[in-house]
Amino acid sequence: MNFGFSEEQDLLRSTARKFLENECPSEKVRRLMETPEGMEPALWARLAEQGWLGLIYPEEFGGMGLGFVDLVVLMEEMGRAVVPGPYFSTVVLGGLAILEAGTAAQKKEWLPKIAEGEARATLAWMEPSAMLGPEGVALAASRDGGRFLLSGTKLFVHDAHTAEAIVVAARTSPGTPAGEGITLFLLPRETPGLAVTLLPTMDQTRKLCDVTLTGVSVGADAVMGEVGGGWQPLARVLDRATVALCAEMCGGAQKVLEMTVEYAKIRQTFGRPIGSYQGVKHKAADMLVDVENSKSITYYAAWAMDERVPEGPLGVSMAKAYVSDAYRRVAAAGIQLHGGIGFTWEHDLHLYFKRAKGSELTFGDATHHRERVAQLVNL
Amino acid sequence: MDLALTPEQLSFRDEVRSWLKANLPGDWVEKVRAGSDIPRAEGYAFLRSWQRKLYDAGFMGLTWPKAYGGRGLTFMEELILHEEMALVKAPPVLNILAIGMAGPTIIAYGTEEQKKRYPAKMLSCEEIWCQGYSEPNAGSDLAALQTRAVRDGEHWVVSGQKVWTSVAHLADWMMLLARTDPDAPRHKGITYFLLDMKLPGITVKPLRQITGDPEFNEVYFDSVRVHESQILGGLNNGWAVGLTTLMYERLALGFGLQVRLRIALDGLIELARRSRKAGRPATDDPILRQKIADLWIHTEVLKYTGARAITRLVKGEVPGPEASTGKLMWVDTHQRLQAVAMEIQGPYSQLTRGSRWSVESGLWQYSFLRSLANSIEGGTTEIQKNITGERVLGLPKG
Ligand SMILES: Cc1cc2nc3c(=O)[nH]c(=O)nc-3n(C[C@H](O)[C@H](O)[C@H](O)COP(=O)(O)OP(=O)(O)OC[C@H]3O[C@@H](n4cnc5c(N)ncnc54)[C@H](O)[C@@H]3O)c2cc1C
Ligand SMILES: Cc1cc2nc3c(=O)[nH]c(=O)nc-3n(C[C@H](O)[C@H](O)[C@H](O)COP(=O)(O)OP(=O)(O)OC[C@H]3O[C@@H](n4cnc5c(N)ncnc54)[C@H](O)[C@@H]3O)c2cc1C
Repeated sequence: MNFGFSEEQDLLRSTARKFLENECPSEKVRRLMETPEGMEPALWARLAEQGWLGLIYPEEFGGMGLGFVDLVVLMEEMGRAVVPGPYFSTVVLGGLAILEAGTAAQKKEWLPKIAEGEARATLAWMEPSAMLGPEGVALAASRDGGRFLLSGTKLFVHDAHTAEAIVVAARTSPGTPAGEGITLFLLPRETPGLAVTLLPTMDQTRKLCDVTLTGVSVGADAVMGEVGGGWQPLARVLDRATVALCAEMCGGAQKVLEMTVEYAKIRQTFGRPIGSYQGVKHKAADMLVDVENSKSITYYAAWAMDERVPEGPLGVSMAKAYVSDAYRRVAAAGIQLHGGIGFTWEHDLHLYFKRAKGSELTFGDATHHRERVAQLVNL
Repeated sequence: MDLALTPEQLSFRDEVRSWLKANLPGDWVEKVRAGSDIPRAEGYAFLRSWQRKLYDAGFMGLTWPKAYGGRGLTFMEELILHEEMALVKAPPVLNILAIGMAGPTIIAYGTEEQKKRYPAKMLSCEEIWCQGYSEPNAGSDLAALQTRAVRDGEHWVVSGQKVWTSVAHLADWMMLLARTDPDAPRHKGITYFLLDMKLPGITVKPLRQITGDPEFNEVYFDSVRVHESQILGGLNNGWAVGLTTLMYERLALGFGLQVRLRIALDGLIELARRSRKAGRPATDDPILRQKIADLWIHTEVLKYTGARAITRLVKGEVPGPEASTGKLMWVDTHQRLQAVAMEIQGPYSQLTRGSRWSVESGLWQYSFLRSLANSIEGGTTEIQKNITGERVLGLPKG
């Protein structure tokens, strides 16, 4: 047993940290988050140059062929820098869906483009019902000769407005059990009848969209994998994306802890640094407990994903439940310990707090995942 | 990162597993009344024999050098052993203060003679050890200790008092911290003695605890003559030696506590399955489900945080921040677990052993009350947070 990172992974971490500190400092984060795209072409191209857009895709598709634990290392650094833009939606959500469920032709068409930075992708699965399980997939895809007609609305779709490819989960056979009859479709954003609206959200570094399909007609070549067999691969993608998100959250929490400790060393009240008061010190110690435990359970879940161990889904839910609460607590404590300055727009803390809140709610909050843990351990 | 076991580790696990299968006493919970980290008086004889069995099978002192009775393995094997014991709900190890603290400290600081003399008898449970650190005015502020040792030829004459000394009423030996140079700065004049509890002048008075049972004691020293060969790690060097002990304490507690937590959690889930809330199993109550799932998650988190710490140790690195968070997290989780066990029982949670209505013979009432000590014993939560803030995060001292 070895619960540590390899030299290569340590190198990836330090390279990524340096790169993001230089190429995506918080001034840039703030500038980009105010734009509708949330990303600039130059930075996207630099991410591609590093190989990070294709990090986990096989080399045959232009990727680096690295493992899920490597992705976790990089996601932590992304979260630390609150990198805005469609990295997560493209590489993890859309990209992994194509890798997991796509046909040979779809993979060959899209994955190299994603890896090279020429195309972006996303996954449209949740609907206005906001249900997390297969029951939530209601968007209708009815057969129309050799084609399918898709109608319905997807909500909370990451970066659909800038994605060239959108993976849509639809119901091809209504009336069957919830997990059956779901089919994944791969649609170019420019498909007629598909409309994307950018939603104003609390976390401006992460763009969410409403994707409405009105009688969208697609050929059989848009189907990913088997008709009706979409839920299993979708569930696997969502599990992996959840772990990647947890890693991003760990990185953010770690950064908030560091910012807070640094501040507590220099900010003086009553003639002493605030970090010398136990009220502050003990809160910082609690933050450390949250951060370290978040990492432990996230790394475990990442390993479980890489190895495809049977307990994988349990690991995912344990991680998401723990990290959702922990990051929110850490980010809130960070603001609290900064006092008035922590409450300002000018200070970066709110970027982290909002990311924490948004991430907590993405793919199910702690309450949802605790219930899933209860089910998985046969409570 | 590979959490799978190596072939050697797998075969060690199999060895442990098949031994436990053949040797696990079935009815020990009733005998010892578990759910507590330090067993109750009625279980001592049984626990001595259980530890002896583990020792004879070669499972005690896995990480200790072979020359001193150990097996020279790594903390990874220790972790595997503890996990396997948790899986089958094995009884705890009685001589835990010796195994967790005194032994490693003697191996680190002892003379060759001391290393040959003491550790092996700790492992076999022939000699039980207690820890004589705390005094009425020296708990959190340990360096304020007043127990004196004055030189008289080859002997040191010890006078004073210790308090909260767990298992002193059973112990053959004590890790004693005493002040040997009253004129030196507080931390400098302290010496670590290996004290024979049968020496004349030692009085042990049990203290009744919140649980109703005596488990720790007052210990009085009235001109107790201890030979200078019983000094560990050098005269006036007791603070450094004592801190080493505390470091091992945290490490040992880390393993052991997490395992006991898993056993307690399994017990809690069984209890919840059998108990009814509003006419349905307590496990179907949505709020209790949430609480129990949360305990499950925290117990697992604690395991993986521990595994990260161990990985660093085995790789020869110094313990990282993850190591220092273990006790804080364990205390919180265990105390919540005990509170949930009470909640599940509803009005029955008031009934202790002796009532025909009491749930599981009042076992949970005992462990619930006992859990209050967790945030005090082995360094209070407040002190742990101070240490974490200052030594790990580098915040200034108050
Ligand atoms: C929304 C808002 C509106 C406000 N409006 C006004 C206003 O109209 N007029 C006005 O005058 N002020 C106003 N304030 C300022 C407010 O009163 C201060 O922010 C507050 O008193 C804290 O001071 P500080 O921000 O300098 O934090 P600091 O004093 O620097 O404290 C930073 C952190 O250290 C902690 N800390 C500091 N000293 C100790 C100690 N000895 N022991 C333990 N912990 C300690 C604090 O609790 C805090 O968590 C406002 C603040 C906010 C957020
Ligand atoms: C069940 C049990 C078994 C024990 N077994 C042993 C044993 O075998 N051997 C042994 O030597 N000792 C033993 N102890 C003693 C234990 O180590 C002490 O109780 C502990 O260190 C606290 O010391 P104290 O009781 O004197 O409390 P105090 O030090 O008086 O503390 C009282 C309160 O003040 C807080 N406090 C004190 N100083 C600070 C500070 N600087 N900052 C913030 N808060 C502070 C504490 O956290 C606590 O809440 C045991 C205790 C218990 C409860």
